[in-house]
Amino acid sequence: MSPTIYLLLSALLFAIGAVGVLVRRNAIVVFMCIELMLNAVNLTLVTFSRINGSLGGQIMAFFVMVVAAAEVVVGLSIIMAIFRTRRTTSVDDANLLKY
Amino acid sequence: MSAVLAAAPMTGGGEMTTGESVAFWILGPVALAGGLGMIFSRNAVHSALWLVMTMLSLGVLYMVQQAPFLGFTQIIVYTGAIMMLFVFVLMMVGRDASDSVVEVLRGQRLTAAVLGVGLGGLAVAAVAETLTAVGPVGLGIGYGPEARGNVQALGTSIFRDYLLPFELTSALLITAAVGAMVYTFAGRARRQQTSQRERVVERLRGPLTGYGSRSGPGVFATADSVATPALLPDGSVAPASLSQIIESTRRERLDADIADVQSESGPARDVDARALRGGDGAGGSVGSTHDRLEEGTHEATQGATTSSDEPAGEGAR
Repeated sequence: MSPTIYLLLSALLFAIGAVGVLVRRNAIVVFMCIELMLNAVNLTLVTFSRINGSLGGQIMAFFVMVVAAAEVVVGLSIIMAIFRTRRTTSVDDANLLKY
Repeated sequence: MSAVLAAAPMTGGGEMTTGESVAFWILGPVALAGGLGMIFSRNAVHSALWLVMTMLSLGVLYMVQQAPFLGFTQIIVYTGAIMMLFVFVLMMVGRDASDSVVEVLRGQRLTAAVLGVGLGGLAVAAVAETLTAVGPVGLGIGYGPEARGNVQALGTSIFRDYLLPFELTSALLITAAVGAMVYTFAGRARRQQTSQRERVVERLRGPLTGYGSRSGPGVFATADSVATPALLPDGSVAPASLSQIIESTRRERLDADIADVQSESGPARDVDARALRGGDGAGGSVGSTHDRLEEGTHEATQGATTSSDEPAGEGAR
Protein backbone atom coordinates (compact mmCIF):
# COMPACT_ATOMS: atom_id res chain seq x y z
CA MET A 1 0.00 0.00 0.00
CA SER A 2 1.22 3.43 -0.81
CA PRO A 3 1.68 5.97 2.00
CA THR A 4 -0.50 8.41 0.09
CA ILE A 5 -3.38 6.98 2.08
CA TYR A 6 -2.22 9.32 4.82
CA LEU A 7 -3.21 12.15 2.52
CA LEU A 8 -6.78 10.86 2.54
CA LEU A 9 -6.85 10.85 6.33
CA SER A 10 -5.39 14.34 6.35
CA ALA A 11 -8.01 15.62 3.89
CA LEU A 12 -10.80 14.19 6.00
CA LEU A 13 -9.40 15.72 9.17
CA PHE A 14 -9.07 19.08 7.44
CA ALA A 15 -12.68 18.91 6.28
CA ILE A 16 -13.83 18.06 9.80
CA GLY A 17 -11.91 21.03 11.16
CA ALA A 18 -13.37 23.35 8.56
CA VAL A 19 -16.91 22.20 9.35
CA GLY A 20 -16.21 22.74 13.02
CA VAL A 21 -15.08 26.30 12.40
CA LEU A 22 -18.30 26.97 10.52
CA VAL A 23 -20.62 25.26 12.96
CA ARG A 24 -19.39 25.83 16.47
CA ARG A 25 -20.29 29.02 18.33
CA ASN A 26 -17.81 28.86 21.18
CA ALA A 27 -14.68 30.80 20.25
CA ILE A 28 -12.40 28.37 22.07
CA VAL A 29 -13.84 25.39 20.25
CA VAL A 30 -13.47 27.26 16.96
CA PHE A 31 -9.85 27.72 17.88
CA MET A 32 -9.48 24.01 18.56
CA CYS A 33 -10.91 23.29 15.11
CA ILE A 34 -8.24 25.53 13.62
CA GLU A 35 -5.66 23.50 15.52
CA LEU A 36 -7.12 20.35 14.02
CA MET A 37 -6.71 21.81 10.53
CA LEU A 38 -3.11 22.71 11.28
CA ASN A 39 -2.49 19.17 12.44
CA ALA A 40 -4.01 17.78 9.27
CA VAL A 41 -1.72 19.95 7.18
CA ASN A 42 1.22 18.79 9.26
CA LEU A 43 0.34 15.20 8.49
CA THR A 44 0.27 16.10 4.82
CA LEU A 45 3.68 17.71 5.04
CA VAL A 46 5.18 14.72 6.80
CA THR A 47 3.69 12.39 4.21
CA PHE A 48 5.04 14.52 1.37
CA SER A 49 8.43 14.48 3.02
CA ARG A 50 8.37 10.71 2.99
CA ILE A 51 7.02 10.35 -0.52
CA ASN A 52 9.56 12.71 -2.01
CA GLY A 53 12.46 11.49 0.07
CA SER A 54 13.30 14.98 1.31
CA LEU A 55 13.44 16.41 4.81
CA GLY A 56 11.95 19.74 3.72
CA GLY A 57 8.43 18.68 4.57
CA GLN A 58 9.35 17.74 8.12
CA ILE A 59 11.14 21.05 8.61
CA MET A 60 8.10 22.89 7.31
CA ALA A 61 5.89 20.95 9.71
CA PHE A 62 8.26 21.96 12.49
CA PHE A 63 7.87 25.62 11.62
CA VAL A 64 4.12 25.19 11.43
CA MET A 65 4.20 23.88 14.99
CA VAL A 66 6.16 26.93 16.16
CA VAL A 67 3.79 29.33 14.47
CA ALA A 68 0.80 27.41 15.85
CA ALA A 69 2.15 27.72 19.38
CA ALA A 70 2.55 31.49 19.01
CA GLU A 71 -0.87 31.74 17.41
CA VAL A 72 -2.52 29.85 20.25
CA VAL A 73 -0.97 32.10 22.86
CA VAL A 74 -2.11 35.31 21.19
CA GLY A 75 -5.52 33.94 20.20
CA LEU A 76 -6.35 32.64 23.63
CA SER A 77 -5.34 35.91 25.24
CA ILE A 78 -7.61 37.74 22.79
CA ILE A 79 -10.43 35.39 23.74
CA MET A 80 -9.73 36.03 27.40
CA ALA A 81 -9.75 39.80 26.83
CA ILE A 82 -13.12 39.52 25.10
CA PHE A 83 -14.39 37.30 27.87
CA ARG A 84 -13.31 39.79 30.49
CA THR A 85 -15.26 42.63 28.94
CA ARG A 86 -18.30 40.74 27.64
CA ARG A 87 -18.46 37.78 30.04
CA THR A 88 -18.96 35.37 27.15
CA THR A 89 -16.90 33.44 24.64
CA SER A 90 -19.63 33.00 22.07
CA VAL A 91 -18.70 34.38 18.68
CA ASP A 92 -22.26 35.60 18.21
CA ASP A 93 -22.03 38.02 21.08
CA ALA A 94 -18.69 39.49 20.10
CA ASN A 95 -20.08 41.57 17.28
CA LEU A 96 -18.40 44.80 18.36
CA LEU A 97 -14.69 45.02 18.75
CA LYS A 98 -14.44 47.61 21.47
CA TYR A 99 -17.38 47.22 23.82
CA MET B 1 6.98 2.89 21.86
CA SER B 2 9.84 0.84 20.49
CA ALA B 3 7.28 -1.31 18.75
CA VAL B 4 5.87 1.81 17.14
CA LEU B 5 9.28 2.89 15.99
CA ALA B 6 10.04 -0.60 14.77
CA ALA B 7 6.90 -0.49 12.68
CA ALA B 8 8.38 2.34 10.68
CA PRO B 9 10.20 1.15 7.61
CA MET B 10 13.90 1.28 8.33
CA THR B 11 15.15 0.35 4.91
CA GLY B 12 14.29 2.72 2.15
CA GLY B 13 10.91 3.58 3.56
CA GLY B 14 8.80 4.02 0.49
CA GLU B 15 6.13 1.40 0.83
CA MET B 16 4.10 0.75 3.95
CA THR B 17 5.06 -2.32 5.89
CA THR B 18 2.50 -4.57 7.53
CA GLY B 19 3.12 -3.08 10.97
CA GLU B 20 2.65 0.39 9.62
CA SER B 21 -0.58 -0.63 7.94
CA VAL B 22 -1.88 -2.03 11.21
CA ALA B 23 -0.93 1.18 13.03
CA PHE B 24 -2.58 3.29 10.37
CA TRP B 25 -5.84 1.36 10.29
CA ILE B 26 -6.11 1.57 14.06
CA LEU B 27 -4.99 5.14 14.60
CA GLY B 28 -6.52 6.68 11.51
CA PRO B 29 -10.12 5.87 12.53
CA VAL B 30 -9.27 6.90 16.07
CA ALA B 31 -8.09 10.26 14.80
CA LEU B 32 -11.20 10.69 12.69
CA ALA B 33 -13.42 9.73 15.62
CA GLY B 34 -11.62 12.29 17.74
CA GLY B 35 -12.24 15.01 15.18
CA LEU B 36 -15.90 14.13 14.85
CA GLY B 37 -16.31 13.90 18.60
CA MET B 38 -14.75 17.32 18.94
CA ILE B 39 -17.23 19.07 16.69
CA PHE B 40 -20.24 17.12 17.97
CA SER B 41 -19.81 17.34 21.73
CA ARG B 42 -21.66 20.17 23.44
CA ASN B 43 -19.25 20.58 26.30
CA ALA B 44 -16.09 22.45 25.35
CA VAL B 45 -13.95 20.45 27.75
CA HIS B 46 -15.09 17.24 26.09
CA SER B 47 -14.15 18.77 22.76
CA ALA B 48 -10.68 19.46 24.08
CA LEU B 49 -10.29 15.87 25.25
CA TRP B 50 -11.44 14.53 21.89
CA LEU B 51 -8.90 16.76 20.20
CA VAL B 52 -6.19 15.42 22.51
CA MET B 53 -7.06 11.93 21.31
CA THR B 54 -6.72 13.02 17.70
CA MET B 55 -3.41 14.72 18.34
CA LEU B 56 -1.97 11.73 20.14
CA SER B 57 -2.95 9.49 17.25
CA LEU B 58 -1.36 11.87 14.79
CA GLY B 59 1.82 11.96 16.86
CA VAL B 60 2.14 8.21 16.70
CA LEU B 61 1.41 8.33 12.98
CA TYR B 62 4.29 10.80 12.58
CA MET B 63 6.61 8.36 14.34
CA VAL B 64 5.46 5.58 12.08
CA GLN B 65 6.05 7.81 9.09
CA GLN B 66 9.79 8.27 9.53
CA ALA B 67 9.39 11.46 11.57
CA PRO B 68 10.09 10.44 15.16
CA PHE B 69 11.25 13.91 16.16
CA LEU B 70 8.05 15.52 14.93
CA GLY B 71 6.04 12.78 16.59
CA PHE B 72 7.52 13.49 19.99
CA THR B 73 7.28 17.23 19.39
CA GLN B 74 3.63 16.77 18.53
CA ILE B 75 2.95 14.94 21.76
CA ILE B 76 4.98 17.28 23.93
CA VAL B 77 4.07 20.61 22.36
CA TYR B 78 0.55 20.03 21.11
CA THR B 79 -0.98 17.64 23.59
CA GLY B 80 1.26 18.73 26.43
CA ALA B 81 1.46 22.48 26.16
CA ILE B 82 -1.14 23.79 23.75
CA MET B 83 -4.02 21.61 24.84
CA MET B 84 -3.13 22.26 28.47
CA LEU B 85 -3.42 25.96 27.66
CA PHE B 86 -6.81 25.35 26.07
CA VAL B 87 -8.09 23.45 29.09
CA PHE B 88 -6.69 26.13 31.36
CA VAL B 89 -8.55 28.87 29.52
CA LEU B 90 -11.69 26.75 29.52
CA MET B 91 -11.44 26.40 33.27
CA MET B 92 -10.99 30.16 33.63
CA VAL B 93 -14.00 30.83 31.45
CA GLY B 94 -16.07 28.39 33.44
CA ARG B 95 -19.49 26.89 32.85
CA ASP B 96 -20.20 29.46 30.20
CA ALA B 97 -18.10 27.28 27.92
CA SER B 98 -21.12 25.20 26.94
CA ASP B 99 -22.19 25.95 23.43
CA SER B 100 -25.53 27.47 22.59
CA VAL B 101 -27.95 25.58 20.40
CA VAL B 102 -29.45 28.70 18.90
CA GLU B 103 -28.82 28.93 15.20
CA VAL B 104 -28.28 32.57 14.34
CA LEU B 105 -28.08 32.14 10.60
CA ARG B 106 -30.88 30.00 9.29
CA GLY B 107 -29.66 26.76 7.79
CA GLN B 108 -26.05 27.45 8.60
CA ARG B 109 -25.38 24.03 10.07
CA LEU B 110 -26.85 22.22 7.09
CA THR B 111 -24.92 24.40 4.68
CA ALA B 112 -21.72 23.90 6.63
CA ALA B 113 -22.20 20.16 6.65
CA VAL B 114 -22.82 20.08 2.90
CA LEU B 115 -19.82 22.27 2.24
CA GLY B 116 -17.67 20.19 4.53
CA VAL B 117 -18.65 16.96 2.85
CA GLY B 118 -17.98 18.61 -0.48
CA LEU B 119 -14.57 19.83 0.61
CA GLY B 120 -13.61 16.46 2.00
CA GLY B 121 -14.91 14.67 -1.08
CA LEU B 122 -13.03 16.96 -3.43
CA ALA B 123 -9.78 16.66 -1.50
CA VAL B 124 -10.06 12.91 -1.25
CA ALA B 125 -10.88 12.61 -4.94
CA ALA B 126 -7.93 14.80 -5.84
CA VAL B 127 -5.58 12.73 -3.72
CA ALA B 128 -7.04 9.33 -4.47
CA GLU B 129 -5.38 9.11 -7.86
CA THR B 130 -1.98 9.23 -6.23
CA LEU B 131 -2.75 6.04 -4.36
CA THR B 132 -1.50 4.08 -7.32
CA ALA B 133 0.14 6.64 -9.54
CA VAL B 134 2.93 7.79 -7.24
CA GLY B 135 5.86 5.64 -6.30
CA PRO B 136 7.06 6.86 -2.92
CA VAL B 137 10.76 7.40 -2.49
CA GLY B 138 11.15 7.37 1.27
CA LEU B 139 13.69 9.11 3.40
CA GLY B 140 16.06 6.18 3.40
CA ILE B 141 17.86 4.37 6.13
CA GLY B 142 17.86 6.30 9.39
CA TYR B 143 15.22 8.74 8.14
CA GLY B 144 17.65 11.23 6.74
CA PRO B 145 19.73 11.99 3.72
CA GLU B 146 23.00 11.01 5.32
CA ALA B 147 21.79 8.11 7.43
CA ARG B 148 22.75 9.75 10.69
CA GLY B 149 19.31 9.65 12.17
CA ASN B 150 16.25 11.81 11.86
CA VAL B 151 17.06 14.23 14.66
CA GLN B 152 20.60 14.85 13.44
CA ALA B 153 19.44 15.33 9.89
CA LEU B 154 16.72 17.75 10.96
CA GLY B 155 19.10 19.69 13.17
CA THR B 156 21.67 19.99 10.43
CA SER B 157 19.09 21.20 7.99
CA ILE B 158 17.49 23.69 10.38
CA PHE B 159 20.71 25.23 11.61
CA ARG B 160 22.42 25.31 8.24
CA ASP B 161 19.90 25.66 5.46
CA TYR B 162 17.03 27.25 7.38
CA LEU B 163 18.94 29.32 9.89
CA LEU B 164 17.31 32.65 9.08
CA PRO B 165 13.72 31.37 9.33
CA PHE B 166 14.65 29.64 12.55
CA GLU B 167 15.96 32.89 13.99
CA LEU B 168 12.85 34.67 12.80
CA THR B 169 10.73 32.24 14.79
CA SER B 170 12.47 33.44 17.94
CA ALA B 171 11.33 36.98 17.13
CA LEU B 172 7.86 35.60 16.51
CA LEU B 173 7.78 33.84 19.86
CA ILE B 174 8.97 36.95 21.69
CA THR B 175 6.32 39.00 19.96
CA ALA B 176 3.66 36.47 20.88
CA ALA B 177 4.70 36.46 24.52
CA VAL B 178 4.72 40.26 24.72
CA GLY B 179 1.39 40.43 22.92
CA ALA B 180 -0.17 37.95 25.31
CA MET B 181 0.99 40.03 28.25
CA VAL B 182 -0.35 43.23 26.68
CA TYR B 183 -3.71 41.61 26.13
CA THR B 184 -3.72 40.29 29.66
CA PHE B 185 -3.38 43.78 31.10
CA ALA B 186 -5.56 45.50 28.51
CA GLY B 187 -8.93 46.66 29.71
CA ARG B 188 -7.78 46.82 33.29
CA ALA B 189 -8.35 50.25 34.79
CA ARG B 190 -5.09 52.01 35.42
CA ARG B 191 -4.70 52.87 39.10
CA GLN B 192 -4.00 56.39 40.01
CA GLN B 193 -0.52 56.80 41.33
CA THR B 194 -0.60 57.66 45.02
CA SER B 195 2.18 57.79 47.50
CA GLN B 196 2.20 55.70 50.62
CA ARG B 197 1.72 58.78 52.78
CA GLU B 198 -1.39 59.79 50.89
CA ARG B 199 -2.84 56.33 51.33
CA VAL B 200 -2.18 56.35 55.07
CA VAL B 201 -3.75 59.79 55.49
CA GLU B 202 -6.74 58.71 53.47
CA ARG B 203 -7.17 55.63 55.58
CA LEU B 204 -6.96 57.50 58.88
CA ARG B 205 -8.87 60.65 57.96
CA GLY B 206 -11.30 59.17 55.56
CA PRO B 207 -14.79 57.89 56.22
CA LEU B 208 -15.18 55.14 58.73
CA THR B 209 -16.58 52.69 56.22
CA GLY B 210 -13.96 50.21 55.27
CA TYR B 211 -11.82 51.06 58.23
CA GLY B 212 -11.47 48.29 60.74
CA SER B 213 -13.16 44.93 60.62
CA ARG B 214 -16.84 44.22 60.47
CA SER B 215 -18.61 41.98 62.91
CA GLY B 216 -18.02 38.32 62.44
CA PRO B 217 -20.67 36.03 61.08
CA GLY B 218 -23.29 35.03 63.60
CA VAL B 219 -23.04 38.24 65.56
CA PHE B 220 -26.37 40.00 65.68
CA ALA B 221 -25.04 43.49 66.12
CA THR B 222 -26.52 46.70 64.86
CA ALA B 223 -23.13 48.40 64.85
CA ASP B 224 -19.51 47.42 64.99
CA SER B 225 -18.54 50.35 67.12
CA VAL B 226 -16.52 49.68 70.22
CA ALA B 227 -19.15 51.63 72.13
CA THR B 228 -21.84 49.10 71.28
CA PRO B 229 -21.78 46.15 73.61
CA ALA B 230 -22.27 42.63 72.38
CA LEU B 231 -25.40 40.81 73.41
CA LEU B 232 -25.51 37.39 74.94
CA PRO B 233 -27.99 34.84 73.57
CA ASP B 234 -30.54 35.78 76.22
CA GLY B 235 -30.39 39.42 75.20
CA SER B 236 -28.38 40.74 78.10
CA VAL B 237 -25.22 42.74 77.69
CA ALA B 238 -22.03 40.71 77.65
CA PRO B 239 -19.75 42.21 80.31
CA ALA B 240 -16.60 41.08 78.55
CA SER B 241 -17.44 43.21 75.52
CA LEU B 242 -17.62 46.47 77.44
CA SER B 243 -14.77 48.82 76.79
CA GLN B 244 -13.09 49.77 80.02
CA ILE B 245 -12.04 53.16 78.75
CA ILE B 246 -15.47 54.11 77.56
CA GLU B 247 -17.25 52.73 80.59
CA SER B 248 -15.00 54.61 82.99
CA THR B 249 -15.11 57.95 81.23
CA ARG B 250 -17.15 60.46 83.12
CA ARG B 251 -20.02 61.88 81.20
CA GLU B 252 -19.03 65.40 82.13
CA ARG B 253 -15.79 65.03 80.23
CA LEU B 254 -17.75 64.57 77.06
CA ASP B 255 -20.07 67.48 77.49
CA ALA B 256 -18.07 69.56 75.11
CA ASP B 257 -18.26 66.85 72.47
CA ILE B 258 -21.97 66.42 72.88
CA ALA B 259 -22.47 70.13 72.66
CA ASP B 260 -20.45 70.19 69.49
CA VAL B 261 -22.47 67.47 67.89
CA GLN B 262 -25.77 68.88 68.96
CA SER B 263 -24.89 72.29 67.69
CA GLU B 264 -24.02 70.92 64.27
CA SER B 265 -26.41 68.11 63.53
CA GLY B 266 -29.46 68.92 65.55
CA PRO B 267 -31.10 66.71 68.17
CA ALA B 268 -29.07 64.24 70.15
CA ARG B 269 -30.97 61.18 69.01
CA ASP B 270 -29.09 61.28 65.72
CA VAL B 271 -25.79 61.01 67.50
CA ASP B 272 -24.17 57.66 67.05
CA ALA B 273 -20.95 56.27 68.36
CA ARG B 274 -18.77 58.01 65.87
CA ALA B 275 -19.82 61.35 67.32
CA LEU B 276 -17.32 60.68 70.08
CA ARG B 277 -14.64 61.54 67.59
CA GLY B 278 -15.59 65.15 67.72
CA GLY B 279 -15.89 66.98 64.45
CA ASP B 280 -16.75 64.62 61.61
CA GLY B 281 -14.08 64.95 58.99
CA ALA B 282 -10.56 66.10 58.63
CA GLY B 283 -9.29 68.73 61.00
CA GLY B 284 -11.72 68.25 63.81
CA SER B 285 -13.16 70.93 65.98
CA VAL B 286 -11.43 72.28 69.01
CA GLY B 287 -12.43 70.59 72.19
CA SER B 288 -12.86 67.09 70.84
CA THR B 289 -11.62 64.07 72.75
CA HIS B 290 -8.67 63.63 70.45
CA ASP B 291 -7.48 67.16 70.93
CA ARG B 292 -7.73 66.94 74.65
CA LEU B 293 -5.87 63.65 74.65
CA GLU B 294 -3.12 65.24 72.64
CA GLU B 295 -2.92 68.13 75.06
CA GLY B 296 -2.13 65.76 77.88
CA THR B 297 -5.25 66.39 79.92
CA HIS B 298 -6.24 62.79 80.09
CA GLU B 299 -4.78 61.92 83.49
CA ALA B 300 -8.20 61.88 85.02
CA THR B 301 -9.41 59.49 82.36
CA GLN B 302 -6.52 57.17 82.96
CA GLY B 303 -7.05 57.33 86.67
CA ALA B 304 -10.69 56.54 86.27
CA THR B 305 -9.78 53.63 84.09
CA THR B 306 -7.47 52.09 86.60
CA SER B 307 -9.52 52.75 89.70
CA SER B 308 -12.90 52.22 88.03
CA ASP B 309 -14.64 54.07 90.72
CA GLU B 310 -17.70 54.54 88.60
CA PRO B 311 -20.34 51.95 88.11
CA ALA B 312 -20.54 50.51 84.64
CA GLY B 313 -23.35 51.81 82.53
CA GLU B 314 -23.12 55.38 83.68
CA GLY B 315 -20.47 56.23 81.13
CA ALA B 316 -20.86 57.74 77.75
CA ARG B 317 -22.26 54.63 76.23
